[in-house]
Amino acid sequence: MDVMPKWAEVVLVPLISLLLAAILSGLVILAIGEDPIAALKLMIDGALGSTYGWGYTLYYATNFMFTGLAVSVAFHARLFNIGGEGQAMLGGLGVALACLFIPWPHWSLGLLGAIVLAGAFGAVWAAVPAYLQAKRGSHIVITTIMFNFIAAAVLNYMLVNVLRPKGAMDPATARFPEAVHLPSLHDILAPIGISFSKAAPANVSLLVAIIACVLVWLLIWRTKLGYEIRAYGHSESAAKYAGISPVKITMIAMIISGALAGMMAINNVMGEAERLVLNATEGAGFIGIAVALMGRSHPLGVFIAAILFGFLYQGGAELALWTSIPRELIVVIQALVILFTGALDNMVRMPLERIFLALRKEGN
Amino acid sequence: MDFFTLVQILDATVRLAIPLLLACLAGLFSERAGIFDIGLEGKMLAAAFFSAAIASITGSVWIGLLAGIAASLFLSGVHGLASITFRGNQLISGVAINFLAAGMTVLIAQSWFSQGGRTPSLSGAERFNPIDFPGALTTTNEVKAASPLMQVYSELLSGHSLLVYVALLTVPMTWWLLYRTRFGLRLRAVGENPAAVDTAGVSVVGLRYAAVGICGILCGIAGAYLSTALQAGFVKDMSAGRGFIALAALIFAKWRPWHALYATFLFGLFQALELRPDVIEAVIGMKVQGQFLGALPYIMTVVILAGFVGKAIPPRAGGEPYVKER
Repeated sequence: MDVMPKWAEVVLVPLISLLLAAILSGLVILAIGEDPIAALKLMIDGALGSTYGWGYTLYYATNFMFTGLAVSVAFHARLFNIGGEGQAMLGGLGVALACLFIPWPHWSLGLLGAIVLAGAFGAVWAAVPAYLQAKRGSHIVITTIMFNFIAAAVLNYMLVNVLRPKGAMDPATARFPEAVHLPSLHDILAPIGISFSKAAPANVSLLVAIIACVLVWLLIWRTKLGYEIRAYGHSESAAKYAGISPVKITMIAMIISGALAGMMAINNVMGEAERLVLNATEGAGFIGIAVALMGRSHPLGVFIAAILFGFLYQGGAELALWTSIPRELIVVIQALVILFTGALDNMVRMPLERIFLALRKEGN
Repeated sequence: MDFFTLVQILDATVRLAIPLLLACLAGLFSERAGIFDIGLEGKMLAAAFFSAAIASITGSVWIGLLAGIAASLFLSGVHGLASITFRGNQLISGVAINFLAAGMTVLIAQSWFSQGGRTPSLSGAERFNPIDFPGALTTTNEVKAASPLMQVYSELLSGHSLLVYVALLTVPMTWWLLYRTRFGLRLRAVGENPAAVDTAGVSVVGLRYAAVGICGILCGIAGAYLSTALQAGFVKDMSAGRGFIALAALIFAKWRPWHALYATFLFGLFQALELRPDVIEAVIGMKVQGQFLGALPYIMTVVILAGFVGKAIPPRAGGEPYVKER
């Protein structure tokens, strides 16, 4: 029974949730003695006012597209993958191994190799919890949380004891060779006559992320496998009755999800830092949850939500630079978005449904 | 390794296990009533901040403790609203609460104290100070020279803050409440079969809110312990994953109070050993990576959860919002 028209479901509910989160964020800024309007202006100026700002916004957005898609694919199979952070960390390890130990002749081949290895590492890190859920019945949420911590320990060990160059003090790998330097948006846009900031980290990975959005859309809505994933997500018993194997869907959905989260590393590790450091992910795996919820698990929604969060991230950094508002404001906004678009969804939906029911009665 | 080192490690185990124990019992109440709570971490963090901040402002650790509990209860209320009243996803709500606490604590700390997201150092009446038992030795050198029995008495049993003894008392109290009272029976029933409880004319919503409330109080004490007893003040992200280790301990304990005590002390021991790599090397004759010890609780949880060492079966109605039949 659809009480609400589709446009209300897809646009109105998330918009109202977002508005509530924005109002509360504004109140938080007021409460700590700052001016929310001035803060917003500063954020817009810093994140969208120059190609430098855009370069950072799009760089962060690229991360969030990958992790947001990762969470979305799992959501379609009604699996909650909180492990994006750990999978992205392992993806970073894959990228580092690919870039450091294989002598790539050209960056494009290096990028392909890095995508494969990052995806494979992330996929393996998601496949274990998936297997344990499908075969042994352990709860995927708990296992993926645990795997985040284990991933952090693995990465710490690898960086401190194995990959750190001799004599170096900080736990990080050596710099990647020049051959795998990815072209930035400046390099890509210059030949077609658009001047873009040289210093900003947005790079060719953005295009990979957009391609990933399209591929995920094709997978979920235009293939048999996607249909099976969605069917399983809507009703496990019905899917089983239709001959869809729960083990297979759980495994495949989580492997795709983990691979997407892992692939984030081509942006932050290969594209920006050009070496693997501790905490390279900076919580992007968790922001994927907010992005997927806000984007209603649709690739187009994820794309838009990722850019919005990219804007928040870069704008928040600018705020921290120019005002006394710390960067943690973004974490609060992220929490409020997750709360209102995810957990308190019904709080917005129930009154809206009542309004639409009343309108329909009048119409009859 | 001499006897004194062992006593020292056990002493550190107690100190480190207490916040895990309180958070674990908090989770036990919530999950036994059918409300999954992965927001233990956030509630502890919020309580740690408000305890330290209010204790620092008012100069009284007791007012600080109350403020910490109030902050934790507020987040419990949010979780209850999302997962009981509006029947939202309990896991997503927990994630949101963790981020809310992580962000808000730093934001408010910066606004109140301007010390880079921390509170001023606490001292004197702003902290829960160690309680020395009568006749207990207080300096390390004296204890080291004393007899083994005196070492245990002075180092291990005496010299903890009040909250340590309170936390240890909550274990039998939790057991009694859950298994020997009508409220406990109903609370466990509402986590297994809420429809049956509803049919018996008992409010499912009321019971679940009560459970979430108790969870908030215990998380509040755990957070206050972190910032006013274990350490002297709040620093950013000071809960450091303890809420998740508590969650792991809860599964390890299969949602039972006494086993929660054992599990949290085992995980506390790992944390204590992580701080003393020299002792491990001396005992087993080889170096163990610190990262491995740190990750051990998580690895063990995965193994336990996978049913390789006994089966951990959560409360049956856990995570499912209750919808009254019409």
